[in-house]
Amino acid sequence: MKHFPTLLSHETRMLLVSPATYVAATLFLGFMGLIFTKILEIYAGAPQEASPASVYFQLFWLPTCVMVPLLTMKCLAEERRLGTIETLLTTPVTTTEVVLAKFGAAYLLYTLLWGATAGFFWVLSKFSGDARFLDSGPLLGGFLFIAVSGLFFVAIGVFASSLTRNQSVAAIISGVLLGLLILGGNALTDSVWLEQGVLQPAKAVIDYGHVFGHRDDFVRGVVDTRHVLFYLSGTVLALLFSILSVEVKLLHS
Amino acid sequence: MPEAPPAIEVAHLVKTYGGVTAVSDISFTVAQGEIVGFLGPNGAGKSTTMRILTGYLPATAGSVSICGASVATEPDLIKRRIGYMPENNPLPEDMRVSEYLYFRGRLKEVARRKLGPRIDEVLEICDLKRVRHKIIGQLSKGYRQRVGIAEAILAEPPVIIMDEPTIGLDPHQILIVRDLIASLRGRMAVIISSHILPEIEMTCDRVLIINQGRVVAQGTPAALRKEIFGETTYLLDVNGEPAALPAALAEIDATLAVAEEAAPDAAGFRRVTVKTRREDDLGEAILRTLLAKNLRVRALRRREHTLEDVFLAATRRSWDAVAAPAPTKTP
Repeated sequence: MKHFPTLLSHETRMLLVSPATYVAATLFLGFMGLIFTKILEIYAGAPQEASPASVYFQLFWLPTCVMVPLLTMKCLAEERRLGTIETLLTTPVTTTEVVLAKFGAAYLLYTLLWGATAGFFWVLSKFSGDARFLDSGPLLGGFLFIAVSGLFFVAIGVFASSLTRNQSVAAIISGVLLGLLILGGNALTDSVWLEQGVLQPAKAVIDYGHVFGHRDDFVRGVVDTRHVLFYLSGTVLALLFSILSVEVKLLHS
Repeated sequence: MPEAPPAIEVAHLVKTYGGVTAVSDISFTVAQGEIVGFLGPNGAGKSTTMRILTGYLPATAGSVSICGASVATEPDLIKRRIGYMPENNPLPEDMRVSEYLYFRGRLKEVARRKLGPRIDEVLEICDLKRVRHKIIGQLSKGYRQRVGIAEAILAEPPVIIMDEPTIGLDPHQILIVRDLIASLRGRMAVIISSHILPEIEMTCDRVLIINQGRVVAQGTPAALRKEIFGETTYLLDVNGEPAALPAALAEIDATLAVAEEAAPDAAGFRRVTVKTRREDDLGEAILRTLLAKNLRVRALRRREHTLEDVFLAATRRSWDAVAAPAPTKTP
């Protein structure tokens, strides 16, 4: 991993000069700002039981399904399309270092963008003069969920980018995989037909991977190590498949 | 003192893709500091061989060593010993030239304090100083090729592998690249593939011709001419008694004979092609003898076979060998 810092700083820099990053950042911050404004309107209209922070993270999946593909679609697909992966892998770097650096840079940007939205709450508490709006429990829990789940989501984006030379195709694959993981799990959890005896093991697996359930736990301040393990093992698996995908495509290039 | 191993040593290299043999039992060596031209028609297996040399692709069979280290068992070591410029010279579009070289230098483990002066040096060598702050995507083809070459020589590796470094360049740029490659002679072993054969002939110490995944000829251009053609050809414009010419030629040398004779032109001169196994120049002797025999000579020229002739003959010979019917077994 000697070259990882060099590759990571290079990849981060490349993301910062890419127009797709700014498109993703603008869309994301604009959308989250809109959500936040709506929450404020609701709270201004009538008193609510839940804190604004816990409501804020409920729609996390929508910007995630758009932003992660935009941040990761280029990383490996573009290297393969241009052929620069060949020059890169004929220097003393390994495929693992390359994939991890690309993942690291995209994850860094993902967490930075989410982190920037913490400013919304700070602005609210500052101008309302009410410290309750800066409800640290759900806020920290929510951001911790974003940080932990982001590992897996970004890894899925990197994996999608390793499958094709075409950035758009990579973005679509990534969006679909994320949609299936986040929304598919949620849809299946509520399915009655999965309650049948023979399907109980499948139901248990789907419940284990129920992202919305994880989010609710984190926001309530419950950090379950099983949830953390789910995201960490998913991340490792997705990155492993990304490395294998790059290597297999090299063998057939 | 033990003798230094060759820069590149390839033995019985085979590469197959899904049942198709791209490289079939290739063996060759490149000495340290030697410049070798790698020639072959499209699809001959040049790029595949080069990719195997860099460790980018694994070989199906055979062995490849770079400066004594096996590519298969010590890939990390050999990656530190090569500078590689792939076919079509892929470069990142959105980096500046100096940034790109700095990044590549760090990956190639050039010490940070040495990297700045070394980048200045390669920019100077490759005449890139004017464009060092430009975005690579905005550079012309010639500059892009030179950025690829600068990157390949940046870490001063003992072996440089370049796949068609002069493709798409104008004659001025070809000249610059040729001089650049020639300047590496003695310091780095260079293996270059190209379709521009005069460039190869002028730049390379030795030539390796491959076709259909096999080495069909290798040696210096002069040795290849001798091996492939084995004869020296003279072209004569001669006027006089046709029957007198063979006898006159035989007087000069027993192997000197008419190979081809064209019809006489309006002035009565015939274009005659004469061949001999003698390598020394017989021009003056031919001229004197023919004049003594009352044969008038308007023109006499010794024909030099170009590398292109050698290439065409060698590849044709290999195709003929493949196309020839297999000997039938007699019971």
